[in-house]
Amino acid sequence: MARIIVITSGKGGVGKTTTSAALAMGLAQRGKRTVVIDFDVGLRNLDLIMGCERRVVYDFINVINQEANLNQALIRDKRCDHLYVLPASQTRDKDALTKEGVGRVLEELAQSYDFIVCDSPAGIEHGATMAMYYADDAIVVTNPEVSSVRDSDRMLGILSSRSRRAENSDEPVREFLLLTRYNAERVEIGEMLSVEDVQEILSLNLLGVIPESKAVLNASNSGIPVILDRESDAGQAYGDVVSRYLGEEVPHRFIHTEKKGFLSRIFRG
Amino acid sequence: MAVNPQKPGSDALRSFELKAASFTLPIIRLLDENVEAVAARLGAKVEKAPDFFRNTPVVIDLTALPSNSGAVELPLLVGLLRGYGMIPFGVRGGDKEQHATAEALELAVLRESYVRRDRSPEDPKGSDATETAVEVEVPASSVPIKTLAPVRRPNQGFMLVTRPVRSGQRVYAAGGDLTVSAAVSSGAELMADGNIHVYGPLRGRALAGMNGNTEARIFCQDLQAELVSIAGHYRVSENIPIELRGVPVQIFLDQKLLRIEKL
Repeated sequence: MARIIVITSGKGGVGKTTTSAALAMGLAQRGKRTVVIDFDVGLRNLDLIMGCERRVVYDFINVINQEANLNQALIRDKRCDHLYVLPASQTRDKDALTKEGVGRVLEELAQSYDFIVCDSPAGIEHGATMAMYYADDAIVVTNPEVSSVRDSDRMLGILSSRSRRAENSDEPVREFLLLTRYNAERVEIGEMLSVEDVQEILSLNLLGVIPESKAVLNASNSGIPVILDRESDAGQAYGDVVSRYLGEEVPHRFIHTEKKGFLSRIFRG
Repeated sequence: MAVNPQKPGSDALRSFELKAASFTLPIIRLLDENVEAVAARLGAKVEKAPDFFRNTPVVIDLTALPSNSGAVELPLLVGLLRGYGMIPFGVRGGDKEQHATAEALELAVLRESYVRRDRSPEDPKGSDATETAVEVEVPASSVPIKTLAPVRRPNQGFMLVTRPVRSGQRVYAAGGDLTVSAAVSSGAELMADGNIHVYGPLRGRALAGMNGNTEARIFCQDLQAELVSIAGHYRVSENIPIELRGVPVQIFLDQKLLRIEKL
């Protein structure tokens, strides 16, 4: 039975789609059969980040409306055999996501995959609630600034009351915090909230900290999930996130500014 | 429960002075006279937040129904609400025929000092529709205390919340104390008829003594609240002195003045 993971935030532009792509790729690279679904109907983006935009024929809504079957709509990633993408429809709106339809598609996917990653749209409206409704795990993507933290908090409240697990009084959705666009230097001079500040407000299990990095934009532009860029700090940080999600103990990196400053000062010149 | 079938004010001078008190109560604003339709939608609402509705006094609002819709089956509706654990205790609005039915059901007919018509009719029911500071006047009846009986239910119980109360969530402990052993986020709202105890940081709103109980208090380990209120006497964050922020305090009413004291 597959585990359903929702990548959510409330606020837009914090890195949900980047995270969905990276996490899905990371899981697939470790041999897990993974499918990543774009729930942002009408504002499709995941296909671009995954670099499969030219291969979209049918989409999630077609499958929900039974105009196509899953195998027709799923796009196999060219870099990793275990990874499939289910793109959103660009011509419809969020209302096309019905609770029954989404449930049916997820159930069918659960038969043959280990992980289903749901890339939630921003906001707390229908699209976002549909993305999180069936979730087993939630990764709340947050930027270190107050409005993002508050929106994440709101999203967590909705998760704990409006998910299927909450409605059936099952074991609650496992919630994880992922801090993205973290700039340790700006944190040090007090321009940005620190990991501790965010943790104090949200009191969540910290899955990882992704540093602000040029590699993310470059990766998005070229349609390569940033986790494949192993040279980059963001790529490595996402690698750690995948390990931690799978239960490995990995120390947190990129939280503090590099300590080599001291040595380089001595041996300068 | 007493009923006030008289025209407002007509008989008020006889044996009691007319007193006004305000309560915050959920109002079930009917838009559809078909009780079965109401039942279906209400059931879904209640399922989402059963604790919110349990033992909650509610007022049935008939003002939004078209006039001459005397057909609304109040007995059925009252039974429905009671079935969900709510305590319907009065109606507002409606016509004479409905008032007579309400009377027969021992419901109070509430006269309001003002009617707010600006509410969106889309979401009339459920937790989101709790109106704040609705004026509910005690009818000048022969047994005014009894009219309030469903509202004042001391020691009826308490509510314990162990998970963080997130922004946008509201928790109402009707008829008793509310204890939260986790953090209360900014944008969250705690309400209790009795005292409120918070053992994590309190960053949201806390309103104790919702039923007008001026003895209610708020206790918290780390006061960072946006607003605190006891029986309607409130203070916003801006007016809380810095030395009282972030420390354990109790908040209570002293001669109608809201006081915040270090513990």
